[in-house]
Amino acid sequence: MTPVCELSALRPDQGVAALLPDGSQVAVFLTSAGTVHALGNIDPFSGAAVLARGIVGDRGGVPVVVSPVYKQAFELSTGKCLDDPSTGVPVHPVVVTDGVIQVGSP
Amino acid sequence: MTRTLVVVGHGMVGHRLVEALREKDVTGQWRVVVFAEETRPAYDRVALSSYVDSWDAESLSLAPHEDDAVVLHLDDKVVHIDRDNKVVRTTKGRAQPYDALVLATGSVPFVPPVPGRDLPGCHVYRTIEDLDGIRATVESARAAGRHAGMVLGGGLLGLEAANALRGMGISPHVVELGPRLMPLQVDEGGGGLLKRLVEKLDLTVHTGTSASSIEQDGERLIAKLSNGVELDLDVVVFSAGIRPRDELARSFGLTVGERGGIVVDQACRTSDEHIYAIGECANIGGMVYGLVAPGYSMAEVVADRLLGGSAEFPGADMSTKLKLLGVDVASFGDAHAKEEGALEVVVNDAVAGTYAKVVVSDDAKTLLGGILVGDASKYTILRSLVGRPVPGDPVALIGPEGGVELSMPHDAQVCSCHAVTKQQIVDVVNSGDAVDVPGIKACTKAGTGCGSCVPMLKKLLSECGVEQSRALCEHFDHSRADLFEIVRSTGITTFSDLITRHGRGLGCDLCKPAVASILASLDNGHVLEGEQATLQDTNDRFLANMQRNGTYSVVPRIPGGEITPEKLIVIGEVARDFGLYTKITGGQRIDLFGATVDQLPEIWKRLVDAGFESGHAYGKALRTVKSCVGTTWCRYGVQDSVSLAIALELRYRGLRSPHKLKSAVSGCARECAEARGKDFGIIATENGWNLYVGGNGGFTPRHADLIASDVDTETLIKLIDRFLMFYIRTADRLQRTSTWIESLEGGLDHLRDVIVNDSLGICADLEAAMEKHVDNYADEWRGVLEDPEKLARFTSFVNAPGTPDPTISFREERGQKVPVLLGVPSVVQAEVSR
Ligand SMILES: Cc1cc2nc3c(=O)[nH]c(=O)nc-3n(C[C@H](O)[C@H](O)[C@H](O)COP(=O)(O)OP(=O)(O)OC[C@H]3O[C@@H](n4cnc5c(N)ncnc54)[C@H](O)[C@@H]3O)c2cc1C
Ligand code: SF4
Ligand code: FES
Repeated sequence: MTPVCELSALRPDQGVAALLPDGSQVAVFLTSAGTVHALGNIDPFSGAAVLARGIVGDRGGVPVVVSPVYKQAFELSTGKCLDDPSTGVPVHPVVVTDGVIQVGSP
Repeated sequence: MTRTLVVVGHGMVGHRLVEALREKDVTGQWRVVVFAEETRPAYDRVALSSYVDSWDAESLSLAPHEDDAVVLHLDDKVVHIDRDNKVVRTTKGRAQPYDALVLATGSVPFVPPVPGRDLPGCHVYRTIEDLDGIRATVESARAAGRHAGMVLGGGLLGLEAANALRGMGISPHVVELGPRLMPLQVDEGGGGLLKRLVEKLDLTVHTGTSASSIEQDGERLIAKLSNGVELDLDVVVFSAGIRPRDELARSFGLTVGERGGIVVDQACRTSDEHIYAIGECANIGGMVYGLVAPGYSMAEVVADRLLGGSAEFPGADMSTKLKLLGVDVASFGDAHAKEEGALEVVVNDAVAGTYAKVVVSDDAKTLLGGILVGDASKYTILRSLVGRPVPGDPVALIGPEGGVELSMPHDAQVCSCHAVTKQQIVDVVNSGDAVDVPGIKACTKAGTGCGSCVPMLKKLLSECGVEQSRALCEHFDHSRADLFEIVRSTGITTFSDLITRHGRGLGCDLCKPAVASILASLDNGHVLEGEQATLQDTNDRFLANMQRNGTYSVVPRIPGGEITPEKLIVIGEVARDFGLYTKITGGQRIDLFGATVDQLPEIWKRLVDAGFESGHAYGKALRTVKSCVGTTWCRYGVQDSVSLAIALELRYRGLRSPHKLKSAVSGCARECAEARGKDFGIIATENGWNLYVGGNGGFTPRHADLIASDVDTETLIKLIDRFLMFYIRTADRLQRTSTWIESLEGGLDHLRDVIVNDSLGICADLEAAMEKHVDNYADEWRGVLEDPEKLARFTSFVNAPGTPDPTISFREERGQKVPVLLGVPSVVQAEVSR
């Protein structure tokens, strides 16, 4: 587990990107319901490391982040792409200890 | 055995005959040979005037006959009929035998024998070529800074021609011999109101007089009217009625009417049983019809007869409805109360500018006809009730709202151009074959003629319970326009408040940016303030345009495209120091590509210090106001286009809207700034400015339409203020101004009513809203640089600010850096936000 930032540094529905020791990137989100999610930051459709900059919302009640490049939606809890279920992004385990967000490997 | 049908004339009616015959002739009894005098296949002459909007002849074309059984010879006129041997001969020397011959030769404009009528600058109004000729005359006059025109004839066509001239920037005189405009359709009361309404629109009407001569005076024309008035003109259009083209019939011994027209019986057969005549050249039951619908009925009759049927001409409805110069005019049935004992009921509302008359039978029980001027919304329904019992008091039919609720009988014709009844429409809607207006058009042809029945089609759709959903997305049932009104009237300032009170769920990438835009249009502070930051679409989120590899491009504002060398040097230095790829944009500014998130604030610090501000290239907002150099430098300029462009760009910068907004100003009619390709474009005239609205490039390029001519700068700015605010308040999400105008009931004319004539009484409010925008404008990038909290968002990684994103790499091409393509197939969805 890698500590990435204080929980208080996150704003609801506004993702941030973090760099892990192995050089991979995660997109970390705090939802308005108060849960924290970490997904791979690379959008599989464009190859750009930008998922953290997507809009957070819901599709039919399922919380998602929408890629800012070509607008596919990814489920926050599973990383599954709702527009093309054959693809998705990795989900990283997250724990919050003493107000610090820690992210693990998928 | 296959027989040969020869059709003379490929106008609207000839075209319809071929279509109808080919549709019905399933066993291939006939092959068809058509001779057309014009150089192009049949086109929509009824819509001819719309040609001046686009100058695109393609937009008028009718469906081609894609069919081996049909041969069409263009530019080949029939000049001889050998009735004994049943052969026609043409100017190109063809000899074509026929088993049946149909004359569909239409009519020619009647040009009264005024001395001077053949001078250059005098035109008729019937074909695409006629309009091209008028345009050439007008353009050379306008290049010389003049724009006076006259239309001789104040009937339906004359007013259409006057409107077309207006569209070309001419202020026309309309000269009508009769005592009022449109003497055939309207009565004195209606004609008086019509005159008042059109005179407000820069037309000068002369009734009860005619031109006695036209003389050349240098480049100009002088017309003397019989009442002593002299007019100094550049262009003259004759629209004094039409004459049937019966010359072939006359020369080859067919019976023609006393006042012209090839005499036919109820089967449309001439005095020779092998020859038919249809359309405007035919005289049927003693009448020659100058409308397309009776011609279409005749075409159907002949198609049926050729296949052994016994159809007869059903008679014709001479009802007309049109919107001319923004004024509704309709007449139907026995409009002039010619029927014995007929009674007239008139409601003449001088304040509202409407005139309505219904004609009823002597016992006031049956509706016979009527006239509507100023507001013809009840036309379709009243026309359908002609010959039927009046429901209640006749005044209630045309009285102010709250009168009787009228409903259309099922067998009533909704579309008179294509003889489609209410029942037929209701059937295709109820069977699910049509779910919208385009669907109804495809299934029944209704609405594909003059278009006047389209509002009724919409109404029938909703009567059948088909709701056209305008819901923004799954989270809101409202349209963008509804949400705008909700936000405006409730004063709600956050998305979360709005969705809790008026929507459901968490929101999505459709409603969040749409609401962000509404909040921004209503001046709710910086777009990245607090929660608003989470609503912004891709580009707005970082106030820059995201490119394919996740880097951004930066576009500083360069108002009007005018820039000092010092500022150009700063842009060059910034690009060099940050290693940015530079390119000149189509909007007369400079785009700097390849900046990473964390570089954005550093780049902007340098730009803001040098006096630049955000160019909003990333936003659904005003982009640029392009300009040509105008009077300052150009030999042809008539106004200072650069100063105006700069003033406009500074006025509307930062204005958030449903979609991006582009503008341009040209210094003269040569139009070097391509203003007509913009949402609002301005072209200088000798006397001021012409304002065009609703143009765009992109997928479906469209020229903007003239909405006001020769206005001064102050008026111009007021009109643009109103136009933009009205658009921002009422358009759908991502609807450009062109489609927005089309979607307005009444289209461009309605828009003109609202923003020029203030028909809704909201102009002062729209202007005040724009004033507020102008007062509250602040540069968004300066706002970020001055706020540490916002600045903190511009980092690559929360846990390693300043570390560049390792996935981004560049290579060099033509001396500049460009992104290395990321190793994935690019999957592009319908909605790409640029
Ligand atoms: C500006 C304008 C607006 C109009 N608006 C309306 C409206 O709103 N509603 C309405 O109902 N009607 C309207 N009309 C009238 C409508 O266009 C006509 O009724 C319709 O076009 C008549 O069709 P047609 O085929 O009989 O004649 P045309 O369309 O005139 O076609 C006849 C064709 O035959 C050709 N021809 C003639 N002689 C020969 C020959 N010897 N050999 C070969 N070819 C020949 C001609 O060149 C012409 O192309 C309008 C007309 C104009 C000009
Ligand atoms: S449009 Fe502008 S640049 Fe072009 S000729 Fe006119 S004034 Fe000159
Ligand atoms: S009435 Fe003309 S298109 Fe329907």
